[in-house]
Amino acid sequence: MKRFTTILALLLAVVAQSASAQTLKAVKDRGMLNCGANGSLAGFGLPDAQGKWTGLDVDFCRAIAAAVLNDAEKVKYVPLSAKDRFTALQSGEVDVLARNTTWTSSRDTSLGLNFTGVNYYDGQGFMVRKSLKVNSALELNGASVCVQQGTTTELNLADYFGANKMQLKTVTFASSNEAVKAYDAGRCDAYTTDASALYAERLRVATPDDHIILPEIISKEPLGPAVRHGDDQWFDIVKWTLFAMMNAEELNISTKNLDEALKSTNPEIKRFVGTEGNFGEQLGLTKEWAVRIVKQVGNYGESFERNVGLGSPLKIERGLNKLWTKGGIQYAPPIR
Amino acid sequence: MSTDLPASARPAPVIFYNDPRVRSIAYQVALCAVVAFLVYGAASNAIENLARARIASGFGFWDQIAGFDISQTLIEYSSRGSTYGRAFWVGLLNTLLVAGIGIVFATILGFAIGISRLSSNWLLAKVAGCYVELIRNLPLLLQLLFWYNAVLKTLPDIRDSISIGWGIFLNNRGLFLPTPIFKHGFGGAEIALFVGIAGGVAYRIWARRQQERTGRQAPVLWVTLALVIGLPLATFIVSGAPLSFEFPQAGRFNITGGSEVLPEFVALLFGLSVYTAAFIAEVVRAGILAVSRGQTEAAFSLGLRPGPTLRLIVVPQAMRVIIPPLTSQYLNLTKNSSLAVAIGYPDLVQVFTGTVLNQTGQAVEVVAITMLVYLVISLVTSLLMNVYNSRMALRER
Ligand SMILES: N[C@@H](CCC(=O)N[C@@H](CS)C(=O)NCC(=O)O)C(=O)O
Repeated sequence: MKRFTTILALLLAVVAQSASAQTLKAVKDRGMLNCGANGSLAGFGLPDAQGKWTGLDVDFCRAIAAAVLNDAEKVKYVPLSAKDRFTALQSGEVDVLARNTTWTSSRDTSLGLNFTGVNYYDGQGFMVRKSLKVNSALELNGASVCVQQGTTTELNLADYFGANKMQLKTVTFASSNEAVKAYDAGRCDAYTTDASALYAERLRVATPDDHIILPEIISKEPLGPAVRHGDDQWFDIVKWTLFAMMNAEELNISTKNLDEALKSTNPEIKRFVGTEGNFGEQLGLTKEWAVRIVKQVGNYGESFERNVGLGSPLKIERGLNKLWTKGGIQYAPPIR
Repeated sequence: MSTDLPASARPAPVIFYNDPRVRSIAYQVALCAVVAFLVYGAASNAIENLARARIASGFGFWDQIAGFDISQTLIEYSSRGSTYGRAFWVGLLNTLLVAGIGIVFATILGFAIGISRLSSNWLLAKVAGCYVELIRNLPLLLQLLFWYNAVLKTLPDIRDSISIGWGIFLNNRGLFLPTPIFKHGFGGAEIALFVGIAGGVAYRIWARRQQERTGRQAPVLWVTLALVIGLPLATFIVSGAPLSFEFPQAGRFNITGGSEVLPEFVALLFGLSVYTAAFIAEVVRAGILAVSRGQTEAAFSLGLRPGPTLRLIVVPQAMRVIIPPLTSQYLNLTKNSSLAVAIGYPDLVQVFTGTVLNQTGQAVEVVAITMLVYLVISLVTSLLMNVYNSRMALRER
């Protein structure tokens, strides 16, 4: 079983490995980025019938590969379940975890991870059958709720029902697949997960129109990529890959106008595309690192629109995920 | 012949390092030292690496609040008030529950099928044969998913529950039963039950002695039933039926009150029993075939009917062949119960190696504890089976 090999790999890794991992060198030698992704969540990480992966998190891994290996296609995606994902990162099975993972204090500290930013501000919601005639999560007293194991969702659910003095029957599954199937078969009254994922999962039930998503958002779920503790250089590269995508959008640099940007005299843009300064070298990459990201993957806004936004089947509003200049809270530190 | 040998013919005393006994002890000590060194080296390296990556280690997590819910808890448990340690016990008890009941079911079914397969009834033997071939050759995980979906899909939705009467409901969220509430004075019936059981055992021993002495058979079954069921029942009625029930009630979403049997549990129990029974059937068949045909013929010629022949002559001898492989089937069933994770049954692996590991990130500790638990369960099971085996073993008279 996959899970068992992961754990075994971790045990071997902690037992045998000694010097701190030089992830950048390892990735370059391998010529391939190992990316821990979601294997079944439309909009974030999902392979199609031809085995081509798409999603917001997938784009992020492609951006790292573009910056480091100059080829966004040089990514090996490792589909991970919610509960196995941290073990896979700790053990070195993946170089980066980009799998709609909520940034929490315990994950950032005692689990040995470093979160590199937030690529999607989310919150937890509920989906119920229309026929129940429930309009608010506060009416769910006594309900059975299907949930996926190894998630913040599992914890928030218990908190929310406890805080509102409501009774709850949780049914916990290892994969969202089984959880959604059980919900669809009537095993539970409600299914709960991150709101973004609810829109994706609703498309998987037999008759999506018979289900509604309740208005309450019961938690903060800042989703972001993470790396292992102990390799600061790699941490910086992954972090600045995300910031580069956001800064590109802020500076209005996209796949369409990249050539103009290369000729720009605007000092901010010059620093971004590498015609001024040596910011790429400081990261351990080359001058055009950010250009490669935009050229091969696009800026944050482009990636958002085609994967989860109005240009995708999910049609999610950008809301909080707009840039700070446009009324949202996405804000990247400057390149200088 | 004299045993005294002249001094020159006695073997010369060997130098100690050539003494095979000393040598073998030395080798064993050396091996132990090497193993201990490797274990120590691995452990200290692991601790150092975990510390360098600043991953939490140690068993401090045991007393931290768990914060997640579990759908089936045999002991008191709440997400806000219980610890990871408590969650471990909840998971372990759920594993033991499904494994224990599964072993009983699989044994009964397995013996029935194994014997049927040797039946002279053509149809019965063929059906049993097909069962074994079909079940043995399909992956267990697939079967569990099949049973789970069969349970969920065939049973009605909660709002169209099947009412069986006496407050019993059946739907795709489980089987809901009234919970008995024992009132003051119920103790009398409990005492009567123990008296009844003791009496039943005593009667059996007496009946057996009498049969050995005189050949007369006593109506053991009926007397035992009367003692074990009749006596407590009579006491219960005489003491004024001190028992009431809490009945399941239909709420807005769920049936509340009473006790419930989860569909995940039923599917897992069913899947494990059906699967393991196929292997036990083969073990039983092999055991019976190992008893020479002459034994049966001898029994027949003494005038025994097929039933008693099987029960008194064939099965006791077959048991000696059956028990060792049966033990490994029991161990398999227990270990296979960890596939519960696929269908949402909260067994040890699902709760502890799943959620607890994920939340604490302490893979080394959690996996070590889990392995230890399965090891202990396995050792205890085989110990019990070995005791049983030595009691069944051929006694030379
Ligand atoms: N953001 C939450 C939940 C993430 C999560 O795993 N969500 C589920 C529910 S949609 C999921 O992505 N499942 C897909 C899968 O496991 O295949 C966390 O980090 O704990």
